[in-house]
Amino acid sequence: MTPLQICLLTSALLFATGFAGAVTRRHAILVLIGIELMLNAANLNLIAFWRFGPHPELLTGFIFVLFSMALAAAEAAVGLALVIAIYRHKKTSNLDEVRDLKG
Amino acid sequence: MPVTLILTAIVLLFAAVAAMSLRNLVHCALMLAISFSGIAAIYLQLNAEFVGFTEILVYVGAVAILIVMAILLTRSGEAPDKSVLTSGWAAGVAVTAMVFVILGWAILNSTGLPSTVTSAPSATVKNIGDVLMTTYVLPLEIIALMLTAAMIGAVIIAFREEEPKTKMEDGRWKMEQPSTPSTPSMPSSILHPPSSTGGQP
Repeated sequence: MTPLQICLLTSALLFATGFAGAVTRRHAILVLIGIELMLNAANLNLIAFWRFGPHPELLTGFIFVLFSMALAAAEAAVGLALVIAIYRHKKTSNLDEVRDLKG
Repeated sequence: MPVTLILTAIVLLFAAVAAMSLRNLVHCALMLAISFSGIAAIYLQLNAEFVGFTEILVYVGAVAILIVMAILLTRSGEAPDKSVLTSGWAAGVAVTAMVFVILGWAILNSTGLPSTVTSAPSATVKNIGDVLMTTYVLPLEIIALMLTAAMIGAVIIAFREEEPKTKMEDGRWKMEQPSTPSTPSMPSSILHPPSSTGGQP
């Protein structure tokens, strides 16, 4: 197995872990943690393809990861602010109890 | 390199699984910080030093602390007595297994992956700065604008709206002034007028 495949498999496992947490846990902050793990798995893929790809001197995957990190930081800040606002409004952060839009 | 890479990946994956499966949310945040550190170690081994240190600064330093602050602000620091899984968790596990099987099959059977390991590329800070200030200057400005907007939005969303209401002794907000307060010494009579007063018009 080449190092690229090791990195990609690690990234796939990390993505699966984050996805499992995001869809099975009922606390809103745990769901956000799962989304962060999935974003990091995608970043790991980009860095691995940049390192072992044909043109690493262009720094494309590298710059993509830097921008993706800025987006992830903004997403985490807004998501946690939403969790705090929902907690202040409904006194719960259990996602099974926040069902106002359920038909 | 592959031995250290595999060891780092094993530590990272154990920390990620623990972060997703522990009951106490503070422990989850700690495990999340460990898995972020593992990802940064993998970046360092892949010759992406700048991204590795940025990962430590942004994720271990900021996002993990932000998550801990949110956990403590929502008073969910202790483990709950009930189940921590949603009602449809079995379907979620099935979908996760399917996603991982498809991803792993694609990785192990793909013929288009480059198999030769090239020499380490040079991603010095000077090169990154050059590229950021020439080729990617427009995305950089857009990201800066978006970060500003996201921070202002986060503050506005999480801001407590201060309205001219009076706060009662037990911490709840009094919504309106009753017309005839029969027992002014007891604040709970305002919240439950039929049970405590009886003769409310």
